[in-house]
Amino acid sequence: MSAKETASGGRAPWLLAGPALLFFVGIVLVPIVMTGLLSFHDWGPYKGIETVITLKNWREIATDSYFFEIFLRTFRIALLVTVISVLIGAPEAYILNRMEKTWRSFFLVIVLGPLLISVVARTLGWALLFGSTGLINVTLVRLGIVASPIQFMFTETGVVIALVHVLAPLVVISVWASLQRLDPQIENAAISLGGSGFTVFRRIILPQVMPGVLSGAIVVFALAASAFATPAIIGGRRLKVASTLAYDEFLNTLNWPLGAAVAILLLVGLAAIIAGSNRFVERRYSEMFR
Amino acid sequence: MSFLVLQSLTKRFGDTTVVDGLSLSVHKGEFVSLLGPSGCGKTTTLQMIAGFVEPSAGAISLNGRDLTKIKPAARGLGIVFQSYALFPHLTAAQNVAFGLEMRGIAKLQQVKRVDEALALVGLSGLSDRYPRRMSGGQQQRVALARALVIKPDVLLLDEPLSNLDAKLREEMQVELRQIQRAVGTTTILVTHDQGEAMALSDRIVVMNSGRVEQVARPTEIYRAPATAFVASFLGKTNWLPATIAAGTASIGASRWAADGMIDGATSASVRPERITFGDGEGLAGTIKARIFQGHHWLVQVATEAGRVLVIAPNDGRAIPDEGTAVRLTWRTEDMILSRPENAS
Repeated sequence: MSAKETASGGRAPWLLAGPALLFFVGIVLVPIVMTGLLSFHDWGPYKGIETVITLKNWREIATDSYFFEIFLRTFRIALLVTVISVLIGAPEAYILNRMEKTWRSFFLVIVLGPLLISVVARTLGWALLFGSTGLINVTLVRLGIVASPIQFMFTETGVVIALVHVLAPLVVISVWASLQRLDPQIENAAISLGGSGFTVFRRIILPQVMPGVLSGAIVVFALAASAFATPAIIGGRRLKVASTLAYDEFLNTLNWPLGAAVAILLLVGLAAIIAGSNRFVERRYSEMFR
Repeated sequence: MSFLVLQSLTKRFGDTTVVDGLSLSVHKGEFVSLLGPSGCGKTTTLQMIAGFVEPSAGAISLNGRDLTKIKPAARGLGIVFQSYALFPHLTAAQNVAFGLEMRGIAKLQQVKRVDEALALVGLSGLSDRYPRRMSGGQQQRVALARALVIKPDVLLLDEPLSNLDAKLREEMQVELRQIQRAVGTTTILVTHDQGEAMALSDRIVVMNSGRVEQVARPTEIYRAPATAFVASFLGKTNWLPATIAAGTASIGASRWAADGMIDGATSASVRPERITFGDGEGLAGTIKARIFQGHHWLVQVATEAGRVLVIAPNDGRAIPDEGTAVRLTWRTEDMILSRPENAS
């Protein structure tokens, strides 16, 4: 910022940013702080919420392996979804980028399709496919690939498949954006030096779109770890993740303070992971690009 | 003795013919330029040699081997791209080493050859630097080293100097020429810059709308352009209406020997630097403007045959003032008389 701007606009920036700032404080910051406070309150089945300050909920989460298991599962699912989405999405974006224009726009719509469908319809659709008499299992059994139906519903496998379905397109978009910035002659240069198709992709293209891959991965990880509808429908009550756990504490057990503690922990954990990977990406790639 | 042979090479995109039956044979170690305005098909020709564009018809052979069906990766050509196309995530040395790695050359050997290639282009100290930390000229050298290190049969240069500023471009021209002579690699240069083509090439192929207009050595192409297009594309030239009768060409009131030419109306082309101010004889005119350019003068002369441009060296002789009546003269051999049907 130049000296002139700061001198002439001492108040103007605040006034201009004011409405958005108030909005942000009102609907993001205040609720988070209130949820944070709520997590320190006490709760009993007969007395309800008591506005005292206690570490009871936090102690419970820290000591009960039930919570540890749920958080571990949440991040395990998120990590798996991220890895699979990248493995599918990055090559998909590369292939898409090399298609002819007319085909490319057609397939782009297909790739982005999952994002256009309502989460409930999409997830219930998967539930139909996943059942023991669902299309997937019937096909697999008929073809003799498996002897008895695979259990998809209420398993991590099912949740991961359904989440990859909707989140992989985000990797495609993010990688595609970086591919657009590449000089097409660089690929020709690598080919002319004797590189085969796969080597050129792995050694020349991929490293250049790595920032796009990683930023896509971060988005996918955050969305997978905080996803609610998909784990709620596919995972059900038996296979809980952090977001469905918080939901249950709030709406079924009515233990709001414990639910609040779970929600805050998920938020802080995610924020830490995302900030950490972001710093890693920036440090790793600032040397080569920009 | 032909090394690289293009045989009636043709490329059509839909209805438009971009390259139309181009035939050319290049000797081993020769430096040949494809010169022409943008859209003349020179880059498409280069891409067909490289294998990135498949010819619609015709054949390419290298040292007797048919290249047409061979994949670009297996052709073993070194290419320097207009945008340099360096790998931004690799250092200069890693960029140069890539082609050697792809050929499975042992690590120790690789290091030695990369060092040699970087030394050849004068970048020995910068091997660990990333492309974005280098100047345009340095990137250009890395691109050249990367193309040469694989000891290619043919080096293809696609407008390699067009992104450099004028001064650097001249330096790189001299250097490129020296390096090519030292390494002895057969080289094809694509350029729209006639100065670059003349400075670097053993032979120039002048192209226009997908066809070859003339193939000749730079001095010859400049002295005796085969077509009106070549004459106007390479350097400046004066076109003067002339009438030929009985072995004499008349331009205005001046008379020039024109032995063996068919009678009729035609045009004569004379390079501006070959015209001198004579007295008594020659084409009569009046000086309209004179512009000082340092090592030469540009003089506009209004004559009976139209405006004539004269380039006079700044060699100490006085240049007539504006408004002075002068006579323009040149040696008969410095004038090219078009055959009547070629007249522009």
